[in-house]
Amino acid sequence: MKNLTVSPSPHVRSSETVSGIMLDVIIALVPALIASVVIFGFRAALITAVCIGCCVLFEFLWGKIMKKETTIGDFSAVVTGILLAFNLPVSIPLWMCVVGCFFAIIVVKQFFGGIGQNFVNPAIGGRIVMLVSFSSAMTRWTEPLVWQKGVDAATTATPLSVLKGYDGTLSSSLPSLWHMLIGVRGGCIGEVCALALLAGGVYLIARKVIKPVIPLCFIGTVAVIMLIASKGDLEFTAYQILSGGLILGAFFMATDYSTSPITFWGKVIFAVGCGIITSVIRLYANLPEGVSYSIIIMNILVPHIEAITRPKPFGEEKEKKNKKEEAA
Amino acid sequence: MADAKKRSLGKEFTKGLVKENPVLRLVLGTCPTLAVTTSVTNAIGMGIAATIVLVCSNIVISALRKLIPDKVRIPAYIVIIASFVTIVQMLVKAFVPALNTALGAFLPLIVVNCIILGRAEAFASKNTVLYSAVDGLGMGVGFTAALCLMGTIREVLGAGTFLNGIQDLLILFGDNVLNGWNGFDLNSGLEAAGLQPITLFILPAGGFFVFGILIALANKIAEGSGKPKAQLNGCEHCPMAGSCTKLAQENKSKEAEA
Repeated sequence: MKNLTVSPSPHVRSSETVSGIMLDVIIALVPALIASVVIFGFRAALITAVCIGCCVLFEFLWGKIMKKETTIGDFSAVVTGILLAFNLPVSIPLWMCVVGCFFAIIVVKQFFGGIGQNFVNPAIGGRIVMLVSFSSAMTRWTEPLVWQKGVDAATTATPLSVLKGYDGTLSSSLPSLWHMLIGVRGGCIGEVCALALLAGGVYLIARKVIKPVIPLCFIGTVAVIMLIASKGDLEFTAYQILSGGLILGAFFMATDYSTSPITFWGKVIFAVGCGIITSVIRLYANLPEGVSYSIIIMNILVPHIEAITRPKPFGEEKEKKNKKEEAA
Repeated sequence: MADAKKRSLGKEFTKGLVKENPVLRLVLGTCPTLAVTTSVTNAIGMGIAATIVLVCSNIVISALRKLIPDKVRIPAYIVIIASFVTIVQMLVKAFVPALNTALGAFLPLIVVNCIILGRAEAFASKNTVLYSAVDGLGMGVGFTAALCLMGTIREVLGAGTFLNGIQDLLILFGDNVLNGWNGFDLNSGLEAAGLQPITLFILPAGGFFVFGILIALANKIAEGSGKPKAQLNGCEHCPMAGSCTKLAQENKSKEAEA
C-alpha cells in the first residue's frame, strides 16, 4: 500500500496542448496560403499577414486592458487571423480587415470569455460582420493569375454565381473541373485551391487534430442534396462541392473544438445541418454562398445538439428511478 | 412612501437622467430603442413623443390614483396611456408627417412601452401629481438622451451622417429653418480617405451590439460607484425590485408558507 498516492483528477494526462494543436492547424493551412499567393499575387500574403497581426495585437491588448493573462502564446489568434484572411477577397481594403479582426477577436471571442468560450467561430463571425457591412468590397472577385501578366485587377464572377443560373445545362463560362480543383477561379483568398485545402485536411486527420466525421458529413450532405436537385447531374454536383468555401469551411471552420459538438452523433447532426443550410442557401436564397451562414447557425445550435446527444453516464438509469420513487 | 414628500423635485428629475436611466439602467423600452435609433433624427422624434405621453399619463394616473380600483389598474392605465398616444400620433401626423412615416408602427406602439407603464405602476400610482410629472419628465429626458446616444453612434458609424433629415423635425418651426440645413454628411470625406461606413451598425444586429456595449459601460460605471448592476437574470437584481408588485406578492406568499 506504500505506492498508493491519492490525488485529485485528472489522472490521465495527454501530451496534447492548445498551442500544439493550433500549430498543426497553421501547418495544414500553409499549402493553401502558398497556392493563394500563386493565384492572386503577393497581396494575398499581405492580407493574411495583416489579419494575423491585427488578431494577435487585439488579443494582446485585451489581455493588457482587462489585466488578464494574455493568450497569444497558444497561437489561436494566429489561426483566427489566417482563417479570416482566407475568407476575404484579395482586393479588400486593409482597414476593413482591421474591423473584421476586431469583431472576430474582441467581440466574438473575448467578450464571451476568450478561447474555448466563444459561441461561434470567431473567423466566421468576423467575416459575416464584414459581409453585411461592406457588401460590395466583399464580393469584388479578382480574376485568377492576372497579376502575373501585370494587368491591373480584372474582376470576374465566382463559379457559384454562375451556377446560380443552372437550368439543366452548365454554363460555358465556368472554369474546367481541373481548374476548380487547383484553384484557378474567382473567390476568396484561401478557398480557391481545393487540392491544397484537402491536403491540409488530410494532414489534420492524420495528426488526429480533427475527426473526419464533420467534413465528410458536411460535404456528403451537400453532394446528396445537389445530386437530387440537379436530377443526377454529377458534373453540377462536383462544381458545387469544389466552389465557394465548402472545403475550407468543412475541414477548418466547422471542426472548431469549442463550437462543434463533442459526441459522434452530435457531430453528425451538426454537419448534416450545415450541409442542408448551405445547400438551401445556394439553391434558393439570393446569396450565392451559404457556408459561413450555415456554420454560424449550427454553431448557435450546438448547446441544444449537445443536450440531446449527451451520453448516459454509467449507472445513471438507476439514480433516475430512485428519484421517481422519492417523488412518488 | 411617507418620505416621498421630503425628496426634492430636482432629485426626482435627475434620477431619470443617469442613476435610473430607463434604457441603460432599468433596461426598459428596449424595443423602440433598438428599432428607431438608426438615425439621430428618429431618436429625437421618438424621445419627444414618448416624453409627452409619459408626462401626461403620469399626471392623469397620479391624479386618479385614489379612484382607480387596484384590481383593474392595468387596463385603466392602458386606456389613459392609449388616449395620449392617439393624441400625439394625430399631432405628429398633422405637423411632422415625415416623422410619422419614419417611425411607422413604433409611434402607436408607445402604448405598450414598458417605461410608461412601468412609471405608472412604480411611481405615479403612489405619488402626488407634481412629483409624478417631474418623474415623467426626467425619465422622458433620460430616454431621449439614451436614444440620442445610441442614434449618434449608429448613424455616424453605420451611415456616415449625423442629424441627417433633421428638416423633417425642424418643419415644426416653419419651412427652410437654418437655411434648409439637413445634417452633416461625412461620406464624401470618408471616401476621400478611402473609408466607408460600417453598414452593420444601422442593421438590427448592430443595434443589439451598441445596446449591449452601452449597458456594459453603464454597469461598469455603476459598479465603480457601488450601485447594483442592471441584470436580466432574476427579478431581485432589478433596480426596481423595491417597488415591484410582482416581487412583493411573491415575498408575501413565501412568508405565508413559512
